[in-house]
Amino acid sequence: MKFLIFLILSLCAFFATAQSGGGPLTIRITQGVEGALPIAIVPFEWAGAPLPQDIAQVISTDLTRSGRFKTMAREDLPARPSDVAQVNFKDWRTVGMDNLVLGRITATADGGYLVEFRLLDVFTGKQLAGFQIPSHVSNLRLTAHHISDIIFKTLLNIDGAFSTRIAYVTVDRKDARNSTYRLMIADADGYDSKTILESPQPLLSPAWSPDGNRLAYVSFEDRNSAIFIQDVRSGQREKVVSGIGINSSPAFAPDGQRLAVTRSLEGNPDIYVVDLTSKQQRRLTTHEAIDTEAAWAPDGSAIVFTSDRGGGPQIYQVSPNGGDAKRVTFNLGNYNSRASYSPDGKWLVMVNGGSGFRIVVLNLASGVSRTLTSSSLDESPSFAPNGSMIIYATMGGRGTELAAVSVDGTIKQRLALQQGAVREPAWGPFRK
Amino acid sequence: MNRAILNGMLLLVALMAAGCSNLNKKATTGGASVEDRGISSGEMSDIDAARSQGADDGSAAGASELTDPNSPLSVRVIYFDYDSSNIRQDFQSVVEAHAAYLAAHPETTITLEGHADERGSREYNLALGERRALAVRRQIVLLGATAGQIRTVSYGEERAVAEGHDEQSYGLNRRAEITYQ
Repeated sequence: MKFLIFLILSLCAFFATAQSGGGPLTIRITQGVEGALPIAIVPFEWAGAPLPQDIAQVISTDLTRSGRFKTMAREDLPARPSDVAQVNFKDWRTVGMDNLVLGRITATADGGYLVEFRLLDVFTGKQLAGFQIPSHVSNLRLTAHHISDIIFKTLLNIDGAFSTRIAYVTVDRKDARNSTYRLMIADADGYDSKTILESPQPLLSPAWSPDGNRLAYVSFEDRNSAIFIQDVRSGQREKVVSGIGINSSPAFAPDGQRLAVTRSLEGNPDIYVVDLTSKQQRRLTTHEAIDTEAAWAPDGSAIVFTSDRGGGPQIYQVSPNGGDAKRVTFNLGNYNSRASYSPDGKWLVMVNGGSGFRIVVLNLASGVSRTLTSSSLDESPSFAPNGSMIIYATMGGRGTELAAVSVDGTIKQRLALQQGAVREPAWGPFRK
Repeated sequence: MNRAILNGMLLLVALMAAGCSNLNKKATTGGASVEDRGISSGEMSDIDAARSQGADDGSAAGASELTDPNSPLSVRVIYFDYDSSNIRQDFQSVVEAHAAYLAAHPETTITLEGHADERGSREYNLALGERRALAVRRQIVLLGATAGQIRTVSYGEERAVAEGHDEQSYGLNRRAEITYQ
């Protein structure tokens, strides 16, 4: 019987090509920044039969979603040039555009496409960026996200995160004991969602490997929590931590060779570091309080975790080599949990409880904190790899939804599934 | 509105809704410490992923006692106060009854599932759920059963029985469930 269950789970663990888990996430900008840059994206020239993806539309949606750009509606475009020679810059200045993106797609001999685009400065008439990107019918959305990344970097000097992915868990609930849990991966814009694991038992805490090839997560398929690592492409999975008590809260070290986990081997949860090659486990905390939710500093020099050793949950920091833990959160109320570092290591994002549970960022150097959200049950914050946005789970009208907020709190987005509850977003690393 | 006053009001509402006079902010205080180091390593050996939960309740020895709806043994869910793993006074007799039954039937085993309400982070709630299950187990073992008869597992907030986002639902979700094997 155990084998049969394993087999069913293994079969579910393949990279399904069809969309499932309640359909794509739809994204709504709920708040943008003042002074967003006006930009026009002209539909890319293409002579063949209609393509499955409208590249210019994907770019336009990406840039709009970032909250930092105001893209011109297609029907308002004064012209539709595909080459610099066709551009009358005065037309674009007249309609208030700062920048213009145009391009063309050509078929290649091997059945693929060559996507060519140019980013133009309307005021100087100069080209700011121009690339030719080979693509394939199944990759056209990704190519569009790459172009968005280049535009973002060129105009704002911030690495774009449009071509990254997110992992999350969806739940179709019937009652307390009959639900379907799905571990999902989707593009950062919510499209191309794929189920990588389906189970009737709870799945939680997805965590990306630094190279984006593997996900660690917790599954209750053995009637207790156990930590698995799964290759996202092949679906191959391995149980890495299991046994008595809690086996939970995995976090890959920046080197990808170690996994920080929570185990309650001796009756209360502590942080352990597992060497993924030797499988050896080293205990990092020994306090009799709850110690859980480890997260690594980007340079690997420290681990933060949640502990209630002071009476209620607060954030503590410890060296991955062991030693005394020091408290990080002070004067931030009596509930702080699930902390993780910003990609530059300067901020912590966490769940702060008071009259509700909100997402808070704490600047580690200055000690200044900022409350980013205002709903009552926000959780599981996760930084984008460029540090621009934080994705988190929140209570929406139809259940838990995903939302994103910028570190300064000025940009807010909602990502809503068509149906089912979506939770525990984990923003993946840059795609190599 | 002044945040302190608001907090105070919310706390008051929570207190009234929970119907408790003792809102314990620290789960490790009191008699129900989680510091139970006497865990038998054999207790996890019989986990069978294929077992349908609760379906075979009462089929073990002493079925009549276990199936008597008037027996305190018929109560299989123990509820907890907010952020607490202390066994409330109103559930002491239930825990004592199960402990006495297990002590008298050393061949019988149970699973204790710990659960939390949805507030706060999932992983921290997983730890709180374990604390509740361990608090009940510790009490049962103190009253004469052996640790090997009791398997504990925490589901944290993952298996809420009440779906509302209010104190009444939260109170129903903060629980330990006893399942006889």
